Amino acid sequence: MKRTALIITLVLVPVILAGTVWLGGRPGRELVLATTTSTEDSGLLDYLLPYFTERTGIQVKVVAVGTGQALEMGRKGDADVLLVHAKPDELKFVADGYGTERHDVMYNDFIIIGPAADPAGIKGLADVKEAFRLIAAAQATFVSRGDNSGTHKKEKAIWAAMETVLAGDWYVEVGQGMGATLGIADEKQGYLLIDRATYLAQKASISLEIMVEGDELLLNQYGVIPVNPARHDGINERGARMFVEWLISDEAQELIGKFGVEEFGQPLFFPNAGR
Amino acid sequence: MLQGLREALGMLWGGDAELWGIIARSLLVSLTAVALAAAVGVPLGAAVGLRRFRGRTLLRRVLRTFMGLPPVVVGLIVYLTLSRSGPLGPLDLLFTPTAMIIAQFLLALPIVAALAAGTVEGIDEQVREAALTLGATARQAEYKVLAEARRGLVTAVAAAYGRVAAEVGAVMLVGGNIRGYTRVMTTAIALETRQGQYGLAIGLGLVLIVISFLVNMIVEAGGEAR
Repeated sequence: MKRTALIITLVLVPVILAGTVWLGGRPGRELVLATTTSTEDSGLLDYLLPYFTERTGIQVKVVAVGTGQALEMGRKGDADVLLVHAKPDELKFVADGYGTERHDVMYNDFIIIGPAADPAGIKGLADVKEAFRLIAAAQATFVSRGDNSGTHKKEKAIWAAMETVLAGDWYVEVGQGMGATLGIADEKQGYLLIDRATYLAQKASISLEIMVEGDELLLNQYGVIPVNPARHDGINERGARMFVEWLISDEAQELIGKFGVEEFGQPLFFPNAGR
Repeated sequence: MLQGLREALGMLWGGDAELWGIIARSLLVSLTAVALAAAVGVPLGAAVGLRRFRGRTLLRRVLRTFMGLPPVVVGLIVYLTLSRSGPLGPLDLLFTPTAMIIAQFLLALPIVAALAAGTVEGIDEQVREAALTLGATARQAEYKVLAEARRGLVTAVAAAYGRVAAEVGAVMLVGGNIRGYTRVMTTAIALETRQGQYGLAIGLGLVLIVISFLVNMIVEAGGEAR
Protein backbone atom coordinates (compact mmCIF):
# COMPACT_ATOMS: atom_id res chain seq x y z
CA MET A 1 0.00 0.00 0.00
CA LYS A 2 2.61 2.47 1.10
CA ARG A 3 4.90 1.46 -1.70
CA THR A 4 2.18 1.83 -4.29
CA ALA A 5 1.38 5.26 -2.93
CA LEU A 6 5.04 6.12 -3.10
CA ILE A 7 5.34 4.94 -6.69
CA ILE A 8 2.24 6.87 -7.70
CA THR A 9 3.64 9.97 -6.04
CA LEU A 10 7.04 9.52 -7.65
CA VAL A 11 5.47 9.21 -11.06
CA LEU A 12 2.83 11.87 -10.63
CA VAL A 13 4.86 14.68 -9.16
CA PRO A 14 7.42 15.03 -11.98
CA VAL A 15 4.70 14.75 -14.60
CA ILE A 16 2.72 17.41 -12.81
CA LEU A 17 5.67 19.68 -12.28
CA ALA A 18 6.59 19.37 -15.93
CA GLY A 19 3.01 20.20 -16.78
CA THR A 20 3.05 23.23 -14.50
CA VAL A 21 6.16 24.51 -16.18
CA TRP A 22 4.56 23.89 -19.53
CA LEU A 23 1.42 25.77 -18.52
CA GLY A 24 3.06 28.50 -16.53
CA GLY A 25 6.53 28.96 -17.83
CA ARG A 26 6.08 31.15 -20.81
CA PRO A 27 9.17 33.18 -21.61
CA GLY A 28 9.39 36.80 -20.67
CA ARG A 29 7.77 38.78 -17.94
CA GLU A 30 4.10 39.29 -18.60
CA LEU A 31 2.07 42.29 -17.70
CA VAL A 32 -0.50 42.00 -14.92
CA LEU A 33 -3.48 44.27 -15.53
CA ALA A 34 -5.85 44.72 -12.61
CA THR A 35 -9.16 45.98 -13.86
CA THR A 36 -12.83 46.00 -13.14
CA THR A 37 -15.33 43.30 -13.92
CA SER A 38 -17.15 45.68 -16.28
CA THR A 39 -14.27 45.82 -18.79
CA GLU A 40 -13.92 42.05 -18.82
CA ASP A 41 -17.61 41.12 -18.61
CA SER A 42 -18.49 43.45 -21.49
CA GLY A 43 -15.92 41.68 -23.67
CA LEU A 44 -13.88 44.86 -24.29
CA LEU A 45 -10.57 43.41 -23.16
CA ASP A 46 -10.94 40.21 -25.15
CA TYR A 47 -11.45 42.44 -28.17
CA LEU A 48 -8.73 44.98 -27.44
CA LEU A 49 -5.78 43.08 -25.95
CA PRO A 50 -4.87 40.93 -28.97
CA TYR A 51 -4.05 44.15 -30.85
CA PHE A 52 -1.73 45.26 -28.04
CA THR A 53 -0.03 41.86 -27.91
CA GLU A 54 0.39 41.91 -31.68
CA ARG A 55 2.04 45.36 -31.57
CA THR A 56 4.33 44.77 -28.62
CA GLY A 57 4.66 41.02 -28.08
CA ILE A 58 3.59 41.53 -24.48
CA GLN A 59 1.07 39.09 -23.05
CA VAL A 60 -1.39 40.72 -20.69
CA LYS A 61 -2.67 38.82 -17.71
CA VAL A 62 -6.04 40.23 -16.77
CA VAL A 63 -7.26 40.03 -13.20
CA ALA A 64 -10.80 41.36 -13.15
CA VAL A 65 -12.01 42.44 -9.73
CA GLY A 66 -13.87 45.41 -8.24
CA THR A 67 -12.20 48.83 -8.42
CA GLY A 68 -11.58 48.76 -4.65
CA GLN A 69 -9.74 45.45 -4.90
CA ALA A 70 -7.86 46.53 -8.04
CA LEU A 71 -6.52 49.62 -6.28
CA GLU A 72 -5.52 47.48 -3.30
CA MET A 73 -3.65 45.14 -5.68
CA GLY A 74 -1.80 48.19 -6.96
CA ARG A 75 -0.93 49.32 -3.44
CA LYS A 76 0.45 45.88 -2.62
CA GLY A 77 2.43 45.73 -5.85
CA ASP A 78 0.50 42.72 -7.16
CA ALA A 79 -0.38 44.38 -10.46
CA ASP A 80 1.70 46.37 -12.93
CA VAL A 81 -1.01 48.58 -14.35
CA LEU A 82 -4.60 49.45 -13.42
CA LEU A 83 -7.63 50.23 -15.57
CA VAL A 84 -10.35 51.34 -13.18
CA HIS A 85 -13.21 53.79 -12.77
CA ALA A 86 -13.36 55.78 -9.56
CA LYS A 87 -11.60 59.02 -10.38
CA PRO A 88 -11.32 60.58 -6.89
CA ASP A 89 -9.80 57.35 -5.54
CA GLU A 90 -7.48 57.11 -8.55
CA LEU A 91 -6.19 60.63 -8.03
CA LYS A 92 -5.59 59.86 -4.37
CA PHE A 93 -3.80 56.63 -5.36
CA VAL A 94 -1.38 58.63 -7.50
CA ALA A 95 -1.08 61.44 -4.95
CA ASP A 96 -0.15 58.88 -2.30
CA GLY A 97 2.69 57.69 -4.52
CA TYR A 98 1.30 54.25 -5.40
CA GLY A 99 0.97 55.14 -9.07
CA THR A 100 3.16 57.32 -11.24
CA GLU A 101 0.54 58.98 -13.43
CA ARG A 102 -3.08 58.76 -14.46
CA HIS A 103 -4.74 59.21 -17.83
CA ASP A 104 -8.35 59.37 -18.89
CA VAL A 105 -9.02 56.50 -21.30
CA MET A 106 -12.71 56.36 -22.04
CA TYR A 107 -16.08 56.78 -20.44
CA ASN A 108 -19.41 55.17 -20.56
CA ASP A 109 -22.42 56.07 -18.56
CA PHE A 110 -24.52 54.65 -15.83
CA ILE A 111 -28.23 54.26 -16.15
CA ILE A 112 -30.98 53.42 -13.71
CA ILE A 113 -32.97 50.42 -14.80
CA GLY A 114 -36.03 49.01 -13.12
CA PRO A 115 -39.19 46.94 -13.53
CA ALA A 116 -41.66 47.93 -16.23
CA ALA A 117 -44.30 48.48 -13.53
CA ASP A 118 -42.12 51.32 -12.16
CA PRO A 119 -43.52 51.47 -8.60
CA ALA A 120 -41.52 54.62 -7.76
CA GLY A 121 -42.66 56.45 -10.88
CA ILE A 122 -39.23 57.54 -12.08
CA LYS A 123 -39.32 56.57 -15.74
CA GLY A 124 -38.17 59.37 -17.99
CA LEU A 125 -36.78 61.62 -15.26
CA ALA A 126 -33.67 63.56 -16.19
CA ASP A 127 -32.50 64.13 -12.63
CA VAL A 128 -30.87 61.10 -11.06
CA LYS A 129 -31.05 62.51 -7.52
CA GLU A 130 -34.77 63.05 -7.85
CA ALA A 131 -35.10 59.46 -9.06
CA PHE A 132 -33.16 58.11 -6.08
CA ARG A 133 -35.27 60.24 -3.73
CA LEU A 134 -38.50 58.84 -5.19
CA ILE A 135 -37.24 55.26 -4.96
CA ALA A 136 -36.38 55.77 -1.28
CA ALA A 137 -39.69 57.51 -0.59
CA ALA A 138 -41.62 54.66 -2.19
CA GLN A 139 -39.47 52.10 -0.38
CA ALA A 140 -39.22 50.38 -3.76
CA THR A 141 -36.67 47.58 -3.97
CA PHE A 142 -33.24 48.93 -4.90
CA VAL A 143 -30.38 46.51 -5.45
CA SER A 144 -26.89 47.78 -4.64
CA ARG A 145 -23.55 46.22 -5.59
CA GLY A 146 -22.39 46.74 -2.01
CA ASP A 147 -18.85 45.70 -2.93
CA ASN A 148 -16.99 49.02 -2.88
CA SER A 149 -16.55 48.79 -6.65
CA GLY A 150 -16.50 51.85 -8.89
CA THR A 151 -20.21 51.41 -9.57
CA HIS A 152 -20.94 51.12 -5.86
CA LYS A 153 -18.86 54.19 -5.10
CA LYS A 154 -20.82 56.10 -7.73
CA GLU A 155 -24.09 54.96 -6.19
CA LYS A 156 -22.95 55.93 -2.69
CA ALA A 157 -21.89 59.36 -3.93
CA ILE A 158 -25.39 59.98 -5.25
CA TRP A 159 -27.04 58.79 -2.02
CA ALA A 160 -24.61 60.89 0.01
CA ALA A 161 -25.98 64.01 -1.63
CA MET A 162 -29.32 63.45 0.08
CA GLU A 163 -30.32 62.52 3.57
CA THR A 164 -31.68 59.07 3.06
CA VAL A 165 -31.17 56.34 5.60
CA LEU A 166 -30.15 53.28 3.60
CA ALA A 167 -31.84 50.75 5.82
CA GLY A 168 -34.86 48.57 5.47
CA ASP A 169 -35.96 45.68 3.33
CA TRP A 170 -36.13 47.82 0.21
CA TYR A 171 -32.37 48.46 0.07
CA VAL A 172 -30.62 45.24 -0.89
CA GLU A 173 -26.80 45.09 -0.80
CA VAL A 174 -25.62 41.96 -2.56
CA GLY A 175 -21.83 42.32 -2.51
CA GLN A 176 -21.29 40.87 -5.99
CA GLY A 177 -20.11 41.84 -9.45
CA MET A 178 -22.22 43.75 -11.94
CA GLY A 179 -23.54 40.76 -13.88
CA ALA A 180 -24.54 38.83 -10.76
CA THR A 181 -26.13 41.93 -9.25
CA LEU A 182 -28.13 42.48 -12.43
CA GLY A 183 -29.39 38.90 -12.22
CA ILE A 184 -30.52 39.45 -8.63
CA ALA A 185 -32.21 42.77 -9.45
CA ASP A 186 -34.01 41.12 -12.35
CA GLU A 187 -35.30 38.30 -10.12
CA LYS A 188 -36.36 40.75 -7.40
CA GLN A 189 -37.76 43.24 -9.94
CA GLY A 190 -35.82 46.01 -8.26
CA TYR A 191 -34.18 49.23 -9.37
CA LEU A 192 -30.48 49.18 -10.11
CA LEU A 193 -27.69 51.55 -11.05
CA ILE A 194 -25.72 49.84 -13.82
CA ASP A 195 -23.14 50.71 -16.43
CA ARG A 196 -24.61 50.80 -19.89
CA ALA A 197 -22.08 48.34 -21.31
CA THR A 198 -23.10 45.53 -18.97
CA TYR A 199 -26.76 46.37 -19.45
CA LEU A 200 -26.52 46.22 -23.26
CA ALA A 201 -24.49 43.03 -23.17
CA GLN A 202 -27.12 41.27 -21.05
CA LYS A 203 -30.25 43.06 -22.17
CA ALA A 204 -31.57 40.06 -24.04
CA SER A 205 -31.81 37.87 -20.95
CA ILE A 206 -33.46 40.29 -18.50
CA SER A 207 -36.80 42.08 -18.20
CA LEU A 208 -35.72 45.34 -16.51
CA GLU A 209 -35.97 48.53 -18.59
CA ILE A 210 -34.12 51.81 -18.76
CA MET A 211 -35.68 54.33 -16.36
CA VAL A 212 -33.24 57.23 -16.11
CA GLU A 213 -30.34 58.19 -18.36
CA GLY A 214 -28.38 61.19 -19.55
CA ASP A 215 -27.72 62.99 -16.24
CA GLU A 216 -24.19 64.36 -16.13
CA LEU A 217 -23.78 62.80 -12.69
CA LEU A 218 -24.02 59.41 -14.35
CA LEU A 219 -20.85 59.68 -16.43
CA ASN A 220 -18.42 56.87 -15.69
CA GLN A 221 -14.82 57.79 -16.42
CA TYR A 222 -12.16 55.09 -16.79
CA GLY A 223 -8.55 55.84 -16.03
CA VAL A 224 -5.29 53.96 -16.55
CA ILE A 225 -2.51 54.09 -13.94
CA PRO A 226 0.93 52.44 -14.05
CA VAL A 227 1.89 51.16 -10.60
CA ASN A 228 4.87 52.96 -9.05
CA PRO A 229 7.88 50.63 -9.59
CA ALA A 230 9.81 52.37 -6.83
CA ARG A 231 7.55 50.93 -4.15
CA HIS A 232 7.91 47.23 -4.94
CA ASP A 233 10.42 44.99 -6.62
CA GLY A 234 9.46 43.19 -9.78
CA ILE A 235 6.94 45.64 -11.19
CA ASN A 236 6.91 45.42 -14.98
CA GLU A 237 7.59 49.10 -15.51
CA ARG A 238 8.38 48.95 -19.20
CA GLY A 239 5.34 46.84 -20.02
CA ALA A 240 3.08 49.11 -17.96
CA ARG A 241 4.39 52.20 -19.71
CA MET A 242 3.90 50.64 -23.15
CA PHE A 243 0.38 49.60 -22.19
CA VAL A 244 -0.54 53.09 -21.02
CA GLU A 245 0.96 54.69 -24.13
CA TRP A 246 -0.85 52.28 -26.41
CA LEU A 247 -4.18 52.61 -24.63
CA ILE A 248 -4.23 56.38 -25.08
CA SER A 249 -2.86 56.21 -28.64
CA ASP A 250 -5.07 57.01 -31.63
CA GLU A 251 -5.13 53.37 -32.68
CA ALA A 252 -6.47 52.02 -29.39
CA GLN A 253 -8.85 54.95 -28.96
CA GLU A 254 -10.34 54.28 -32.37
CA LEU A 255 -10.71 50.57 -31.57
CA ILE A 256 -12.48 51.39 -28.30
CA GLY A 257 -14.92 53.67 -30.12
CA LYS A 258 -15.83 50.90 -32.56
CA PHE A 259 -16.37 48.21 -29.94
CA GLY A 260 -19.96 47.03 -29.73
CA VAL A 261 -21.26 49.12 -32.61
CA GLU A 262 -21.83 46.12 -34.80
CA GLU A 263 -23.58 44.06 -32.15
CA PHE A 264 -25.56 46.69 -30.25
CA GLY A 265 -25.87 49.48 -32.78
CA GLN A 266 -24.01 51.84 -30.44
CA PRO A 267 -20.58 51.97 -28.84
CA LEU A 268 -20.26 50.65 -25.28
CA PHE A 269 -17.39 52.95 -24.37
CA PHE A 270 -16.51 56.43 -25.61
CA PRO A 271 -12.77 57.11 -25.96
CA ASN A 272 -11.64 60.42 -24.46
CA ALA A 273 -7.90 60.18 -23.82
CA GLY A 274 -6.10 63.50 -23.92
CA ARG A 275 -9.30 65.47 -24.27
CA MET B 1 -30.35 26.63 -20.87
CA LEU B 2 -30.55 23.78 -23.33
CA GLN B 3 -28.92 26.01 -25.89
CA GLY B 4 -26.03 26.71 -23.51
CA LEU B 5 -25.64 23.03 -22.82
CA ARG B 6 -25.60 22.33 -26.54
CA GLU B 7 -23.04 25.09 -26.93
CA ALA B 8 -20.80 23.57 -24.23
CA LEU B 9 -21.05 20.11 -25.76
CA GLY B 10 -20.39 21.53 -29.21
CA MET B 11 -17.25 23.24 -27.96
CA LEU B 12 -16.08 20.01 -26.34
CA TRP B 13 -16.81 17.96 -29.39
CA GLY B 14 -15.35 20.55 -31.74
CA GLY B 15 -12.10 20.46 -29.80
CA ASP B 16 -12.35 24.09 -28.62
CA ALA B 17 -8.76 24.74 -27.54
CA GLU B 18 -9.67 27.20 -24.81
CA LEU B 19 -12.22 24.92 -23.17
CA TRP B 20 -9.94 21.89 -23.30
CA GLY B 21 -7.15 24.04 -21.90
CA ILE B 22 -9.38 25.00 -18.98
CA ILE B 23 -10.23 21.35 -18.35
CA ALA B 24 -6.57 20.26 -18.52
CA ARG B 25 -5.57 23.08 -16.19
CA SER B 26 -8.30 22.21 -13.68
CA LEU B 27 -7.18 18.60 -13.61
CA LEU B 28 -3.53 19.50 -13.34
CA VAL B 29 -4.03 21.94 -10.48
CA SER B 30 -6.46 19.84 -8.46
CA LEU B 31 -4.75 16.49 -9.03
CA THR B 32 -1.35 17.91 -8.10
CA ALA B 33 -2.76 19.49 -4.97
CA VAL B 34 -4.49 16.25 -3.97
CA ALA B 35 -1.47 14.08 -4.81
CA LEU B 36 0.73 16.26 -2.61
CA ALA B 37 -1.93 16.34 0.10
CA ALA B 38 -2.13 12.53 -0.05
CA ALA B 39 1.65 12.18 0.12
CA VAL B 40 1.70 14.25 3.32
CA GLY B 41 -1.79 13.60 4.68
CA VAL B 42 -1.92 9.80 4.53
CA PRO B 43 1.26 9.29 6.61
CA LEU B 44 0.15 12.08 8.94
CA GLY B 45 -3.32 10.58 9.34
CA ALA B 46 -1.84 7.11 9.78
CA ALA B 47 0.43 8.40 12.53
CA VAL B 48 -2.49 10.06 14.30
CA GLY B 49 -4.55 6.90 13.96
CA LEU B 50 -1.88 4.36 14.91
CA ARG B 51 0.61 5.96 17.23
CA ARG B 52 0.20 7.32 20.72
CA PHE B 53 2.00 10.61 21.29
CA ARG B 54 1.60 13.86 23.16
CA GLY B 55 -0.78 16.30 21.58
CA ARG B 56 -2.41 13.59 19.46
CA THR B 57 -5.95 14.47 20.49
CA LEU B 58 -5.31 18.14 19.93
CA LEU B 59 -3.78 17.46 16.50
CA ARG B 60 -6.79 15.38 15.52
CA ARG B 61 -9.14 18.09 16.67
CA VAL B 62 -7.21 20.75 14.74
CA LEU B 63 -7.27 18.63 11.57
CA ARG B 64 -11.02 18.11 11.89
CA THR B 65 -11.56 21.81 12.48
CA PHE B 66 -9.50 22.73 9.45
CA MET B 67 -11.64 20.45 7.30
CA GLY B 68 -14.15 23.27 7.52
CA LEU B 69 -11.83 26.11 6.49
CA PRO B 70 -13.59 28.45 4.06
CA PRO B 71 -11.69 28.40 0.73
CA VAL B 72 -11.76 32.20 0.55
CA VAL B 73 -9.94 32.41 3.89
CA VAL B 74 -7.28 29.95 2.74
CA GLY B 75 -7.05 31.88 -0.52
CA LEU B 76 -6.62 35.17 1.31
CA ILE B 77 -3.87 33.77 3.54
CA VAL B 78 -2.01 32.38 0.53
CA TYR B 79 -2.61 35.66 -1.31
CA LEU B 80 -1.14 37.77 1.49
CA THR B 81 1.81 35.39 1.82
CA LEU B 82 2.62 35.42 -1.91
CA SER B 83 1.81 39.10 -2.48
CA ARG B 84 4.73 41.28 -3.52
CA SER B 85 4.38 43.00 -0.18
CA GLY B 86 4.11 39.64 1.63
CA PRO B 87 6.88 37.41 3.02
CA LEU B 88 7.17 35.21 -0.10
CA GLY B 89 6.68 38.04 -2.59
CA PRO B 90 10.12 37.69 -4.25
CA LEU B 91 9.14 34.21 -5.49
CA ASP B 92 6.70 35.90 -7.88
CA LEU B 93 4.15 33.13 -7.48
CA LEU B 94 0.93 35.10 -7.14
CA PHE B 95 -1.49 34.59 -10.04
CA THR B 96 0.23 31.41 -11.20
CA PRO B 97 -1.00 27.79 -11.29
CA THR B 98 1.53 27.07 -8.53
CA ALA B 99 -0.24 29.49 -6.19
CA MET B 100 -3.51 27.68 -6.92
CA ILE B 101 -1.90 24.33 -6.14
CA ILE B 102 -0.61 25.65 -2.82
CA ALA B 103 -4.06 26.92 -1.82
CA GLN B 104 -5.79 23.70 -2.81
CA PHE B 105 -3.12 21.63 -1.08
CA LEU B 106 -3.87 23.49 2.17
CA LEU B 107 -7.58 22.83 1.69
CA ALA B 108 -7.10 19.14 0.89
CA LEU B 109 -4.54 18.27 3.55
CA PRO B 110 -6.78 18.37 6.66
CA ILE B 111 -9.44 16.35 4.83
CA VAL B 112 -7.05 13.60 3.79
CA ALA B 113 -5.34 13.49 7.17
CA ALA B 114 -8.46 13.61 9.35
CA LEU B 115 -10.38 11.05 7.29
CA ALA B 116 -7.31 8.79 7.04
CA ALA B 117 -6.87 8.94 10.82
CA GLY B 118 -10.52 8.07 11.34
CA THR B 119 -10.35 5.16 8.90
CA VAL B 120 -7.20 3.73 10.46
CA GLU B 121 -8.65 4.00 13.95
CA GLY B 122 -11.76 2.24 12.72
CA ILE B 123 -9.79 -0.89 11.83
CA ASP B 124 -10.18 -3.49 14.52
CA GLU B 125 -7.32 -3.58 17.00
CA GLN B 126 -7.37 -7.35 16.50
CA VAL B 127 -5.83 -6.94 13.04
CA ARG B 128 -2.71 -5.49 14.53
CA GLU B 129 -2.63 -7.97 17.41
CA ALA B 130 -3.09 -10.90 15.04
CA ALA B 131 -0.22 -9.68 12.90
CA LEU B 132 2.00 -9.28 15.93
CA THR B 133 1.06 -12.76 17.17
CA LEU B 134 2.00 -14.16 13.77
CA GLY B 135 5.48 -12.78 14.22
CA ALA B 136 5.22 -9.44 12.41
CA THR B 137 7.32 -6.56 13.63
CA ALA B 138 5.49 -3.49 14.97
CA ARG B 139 6.08 -1.73 11.65
CA GLN B 140 4.81 -4.66 9.57
CA ALA B 141 1.73 -4.81 11.78
CA GLU B 142 1.07 -1.15 11.06
CA TYR B 143 1.31 -1.77 7.32
CA LYS B 144 -1.19 -4.56 7.74
CA VAL B 145 -3.64 -2.15 9.38
CA LEU B 146 -3.08 0.39 6.58
CA ALA B 147 -3.68 -2.29 3.96
CA GLU B 148 -6.97 -3.13 5.68
CA ALA B 149 -7.88 0.55 5.69
CA ARG B 150 -7.14 1.16 2.01
CA ARG B 151 -10.74 1.65 0.91
CA GLY B 152 -11.19 4.26 3.56
CA LEU B 153 -7.94 5.94 2.49
CA VAL B 154 -9.13 6.03 -1.11
CA THR B 155 -12.36 7.63 0.09
CA ALA B 156 -10.33 10.19 2.03
CA VAL B 157 -8.38 11.13 -1.09
CA ALA B 158 -11.54 11.18 -3.22
CA ALA B 159 -13.27 13.45 -0.70
CA ALA B 160 -10.31 15.82 -0.80
CA TYR B 161 -10.43 15.85 -4.60
CA GLY B 162 -14.14 16.59 -4.49
CA ARG B 163 -13.50 19.51 -2.19
CA VAL B 164 -10.77 21.16 -4.27
CA ALA B 165 -12.26 20.43 -7.69
CA ALA B 166 -15.49 22.15 -6.64
CA GLU B 167 -13.83 25.07 -4.90
CA VAL B 168 -13.86 28.52 -6.47
CA GLY B 169 -13.08 31.07 -3.75
CA ALA B 170 -9.42 30.25 -3.23
CA VAL B 171 -8.38 29.75 -6.86
CA MET B 172 -10.21 32.91 -7.90
CA LEU B 173 -8.22 34.95 -5.38
CA VAL B 174 -4.73 33.51 -5.80
CA GLY B 175 -5.05 32.57 -9.49
CA GLY B 176 -6.91 35.66 -10.63
CA ASN B 177 -8.94 33.76 -13.25
CA ILE B 178 -6.49 34.84 -15.96
CA ARG B 179 -7.58 33.65 -19.38
CA GLY B 180 -5.40 30.90 -20.80
CA TYR B 181 -3.25 30.81 -17.69
CA THR B 182 -5.09 30.40 -14.39
CA ARG B 183 -8.67 30.07 -15.55
CA VAL B 184 -10.09 26.74 -14.40
CA MET B 185 -13.53 25.15 -14.59
CA THR B 186 -14.96 26.73 -11.45
CA THR B 187 -13.67 30.24 -12.11
CA ALA B 188 -14.80 29.97 -15.74
CA ILE B 189 -18.27 29.01 -14.47
CA ALA B 190 -18.24 32.00 -12.11
CA LEU B 191 -17.25 34.27 -15.00
CA GLU B 192 -19.92 32.91 -17.36
CA THR B 193 -22.49 33.38 -14.59
CA ARG B 194 -21.32 36.95 -14.02
CA GLN B 195 -21.72 37.59 -17.74
CA GLY B 196 -25.23 36.18 -17.67
CA GLN B 197 -24.30 33.16 -19.83
CA TYR B 198 -26.20 30.81 -17.54
CA GLY B 199 -26.56 28.06 -20.14
CA LEU B 200 -22.85 27.87 -20.81
CA ALA B 201 -22.18 27.96 -17.04
CA ILE B 202 -24.48 24.99 -16.48
CA GLY B 203 -22.89 23.18 -19.42
CA LEU B 204 -19.44 23.66 -17.91
CA GLY B 205 -20.82 22.51 -14.54
CA LEU B 206 -22.01 19.28 -16.11
CA VAL B 207 -18.61 18.77 -17.73
CA LEU B 208 -17.05 19.24 -14.28
CA ILE B 209 -19.30 16.56 -12.82
CA VAL B 210 -18.49 14.12 -15.61
CA ILE B 211 -14.77 14.68 -15.05
CA SER B 212 -15.12 14.14 -11.30
CA PHE B 213 -16.98 10.91 -12.08
CA LEU B 214 -14.13 9.72 -14.32
CA VAL B 215 -11.47 10.69 -11.78
CA ASN B 216 -13.30 8.79 -9.06
CA MET B 217 -13.62 5.77 -11.31
CA ILE B 218 -9.86 5.75 -11.83
CA VAL B 219 -9.13 6.34 -8.14
CA GLU B 220 -11.45 3.48 -7.15
CA ALA B 221 -9.93 1.18 -9.72
CA GLY B 222 -6.55 2.04 -8.22
CA GLY B 223 -7.86 1.25 -4.73
CA GLU B 224 -9.28 -2.12 -5.76
CA ALA B 225 -6.18 -3.19 -7.63
CA ARG B 226 -4.11 -3.64 -4.53
